[in-house]
Amino acid sequence: MSDATAQAQSETRANPIKTLFLRVGVLPFFLGIALVVFSFLSDKFLTGQNLVNVARQSVYLVLVSLGQMLVLVSGGFDLSVGTAIALTSVVSALSMTWAAGVFDSVFLIIAIGITAGGIVALMVGLINGVGVAYFEVSPFIMTLGVSSVGAGLALFMTGGIPISGLPFAFGDTFGFGKWFGVPVPVFIALICIAAMWLMMARTPLGTRLYAVGGNIKAAHLSAIDTKKTLVLAYVLCSLIAALAGVLLTARVESGEANLGGTMALESISACVIAGVSLRGGIGRVQNVVLGAFFIVMVQNGMNLAKISSYMQMVLLGGLLILAVIFDQMRYRMIMQGR
Amino acid sequence: MTLPLLTTHNLTKVYPGVRALDGVDFDLMPGEVHVLFGENGAGKSTLISMLAGANTPSEGKIYLDHHEVTFDSVARAKAHGVFTVFQEFSLIPTLTVAENMFLGQEPRTGLLIDHAEMRRRAQEIFDELGFPISPTAQVSSLSRAQQQMLEISKAFHGDPKVLILDEPTASLTDREVDHLFHFIDRQKAKGVGIIYISHRIQEFKRIADRITVLRDGAKIGTVEMDGTDEAALVEMMTGRAIAEIYPLISTEPGEVVLEVKDLATAGVAPSSLTLRRGEVFGVAGLVGCGKSRFFRAMMGLVPIRSGTVALKGQDITGRPTREIIRAGLYYLSPDRKHEGLDLAKTSDENLALNVVTSGASGKNGPVKRGWIDWRSVRKTVAGIATRVELPDAYRSRRVSQLSGGNQQKVLFGKAFGQEADVYIFDEPTVGVDMGTRAALYLKIKALAETGKAVVVISSDLPEAINLSHRLLIFANGRISAELPRAEASEDTVLKHFFTESEPVQ
Repeated sequence: MSDATAQAQSETRANPIKTLFLRVGVLPFFLGIALVVFSFLSDKFLTGQNLVNVARQSVYLVLVSLGQMLVLVSGGFDLSVGTAIALTSVVSALSMTWAAGVFDSVFLIIAIGITAGGIVALMVGLINGVGVAYFEVSPFIMTLGVSSVGAGLALFMTGGIPISGLPFAFGDTFGFGKWFGVPVPVFIALICIAAMWLMMARTPLGTRLYAVGGNIKAAHLSAIDTKKTLVLAYVLCSLIAALAGVLLTARVESGEANLGGTMALESISACVIAGVSLRGGIGRVQNVVLGAFFIVMVQNGMNLAKISSYMQMVLLGGLLILAVIFDQMRYRMIMQGR
Repeated sequence: MTLPLLTTHNLTKVYPGVRALDGVDFDLMPGEVHVLFGENGAGKSTLISMLAGANTPSEGKIYLDHHEVTFDSVARAKAHGVFTVFQEFSLIPTLTVAENMFLGQEPRTGLLIDHAEMRRRAQEIFDELGFPISPTAQVSSLSRAQQQMLEISKAFHGDPKVLILDEPTASLTDREVDHLFHFIDRQKAKGVGIIYISHRIQEFKRIADRITVLRDGAKIGTVEMDGTDEAALVEMMTGRAIAEIYPLISTEPGEVVLEVKDLATAGVAPSSLTLRRGEVFGVAGLVGCGKSRFFRAMMGLVPIRSGTVALKGQDITGRPTREIIRAGLYYLSPDRKHEGLDLAKTSDENLALNVVTSGASGKNGPVKRGWIDWRSVRKTVAGIATRVELPDAYRSRRVSQLSGGNQQKVLFGKAFGQEADVYIFDEPTVGVDMGTRAALYLKIKALAETGKAVVVISSDLPEAINLSHRLLIFANGRISAELPRAEASEDTVLKHFFTESEPVQ
């Protein structure tokens, strides 16, 4: 064809920034900017020791973000992840202190605690999922309501006082222990990342989740049980948040009703920055892991740069809004073609 | 000789990698209906988008009344008297008719909107155009045809010189089309030049003066309506002769595969039908006559009031949709954007969904022990793409970027991802060009001739008549007739469209 066509083609080819933006979203740009800015602000930032530290701290957010991604991909969002963490923390701690008075086996006590926490999270996920899927409550209201209910219950059960007296082995293993030389929380997170990647990429459930979020009516007409799929998304999200809750409880060695307070905002930010679409149907596990890592890295960088924690809230909120604006641009570009 | 109202010279639009419009010279006389004809992607929409001011040309000039004009916005084009009714509606369903008409230019008294004046002016416009719409009605309560009329009325503030109509009859019934054509005739008499885009070739005889055929962005030619016929136009459009658009589908009706007894739902009175293998069963009727609802009830998409549905002797009444699909009844939605496709995903991803969820297993099945075998899925998807003649280049494109015809091919392909005994195609060719139609009709033929039963629900009467072995006609929520092919002519069928009965609630 003509010169104009050839020229136009070379133009699209010559713009790798646009291609990268369309494929992965805003994350690589944010990551690059953050690395430059923080290594400029603090010479401790870009040290191996600090980055390992960031990796260890980001475990909890990575887990919650993976769950959040499931719900976002299904076309909703979960504001109650923080509450699921708090409830899990409180309930598992209470169960462990109760079980400690009844049984002798430390293993059994810990197992009871984790199971109890898991059951509570399962309930939270089920209530969210059933409300959204079967009663068609908007995910915003449903999870916001559940979030208030759960936070209230957690505070009511504890009276706002941390529950201490957990088995020493619990914190020693899940908080500070190492398996095969890897910190236990990191180890567990790695397993979860692998499992989640397999689920999304290789199982029919993953395909169904993408389909339901992409176009729920088309999914329904493709013989997919859309309601069940939605419920599963919320349940899995809650369960994985509960796992983060257990690990956090082990880390602080007490059951606390104020754990995970900022998790909803941070996990949604991590996902959106990692290119998970707020309209559903789009999102990749590996990017979300990086997204969560990015958020923690920014927090770490701001700490090193001695930015006050109040100012950090301001910056994180701004970052989320910025990411959503870029997501909007990206979606429009995707739909219109390059 | 009168001088042309609007002329384009060497009009060209280049997008990265595509020459969407390639040096088109076009002219429109006053009082003329000039049809733009061509397959999807031929450049019709690109051409009118530039005339309407929604898009700017890469090269070339537009002349209106012999003065060169530049339309950098739709408002600018309107100010010059060029009015366009686009195919996609721009109505807000929660507002009233009058509010929609005057959106952004409401008549005011001081700071407040003068609602009485707005209603009065809306009524005036409707009276003048002859449209039976109440200015106070909520837009969501209007039929699609009325929404179309409202869309036209909306374009009609002021005095048009040129009126551009993009597929205005795509969703209208024949009676509504008549109404629209009367309107066009009146505008013609006033000297308005009309550019008219349509796929419905049978309409041209009634309204067209001249026809310009586009293919691959280039103008193939402009012909007088009186000097041409359907076959010649189709040949110009596709570049190949389509002897028969509608294939002859041989039939040897086999065993009964679907039996529906007294099935009733909201808006449809108890109705029955029996379907045999190897049969193409046409369903015709006006929009809103219940023909689609009847089958949607069968699929579990709307609640059933009474009656039974048996597929291969197995009762599937009131089962969830996914179980009905698994049992062997497939439904192709008429609304590919909202119910059919995931627009943000590629063609391949859309096709893969049905392959993965088809439940097919075995050695070559897509899912082995709970894991998706993507290699097998890709192979199946490639086979389906070939089967529906979807060009390879479009397989990795996002569906939102494909033309309507290619989107419909993907939608058809989804149907082949799932093995079924009965295929219900609801408006299978809506907004699809002639070349793609012919290809899709061959798929229907292939299905029927391999012993599947096919239902074709269609508002396009020639399609419903010419494809089917038997034709069912709905009117006012009831079956008004069932005709064998031999007795189904347009006249006899149309008679059954209008019955005296009360509509079913």
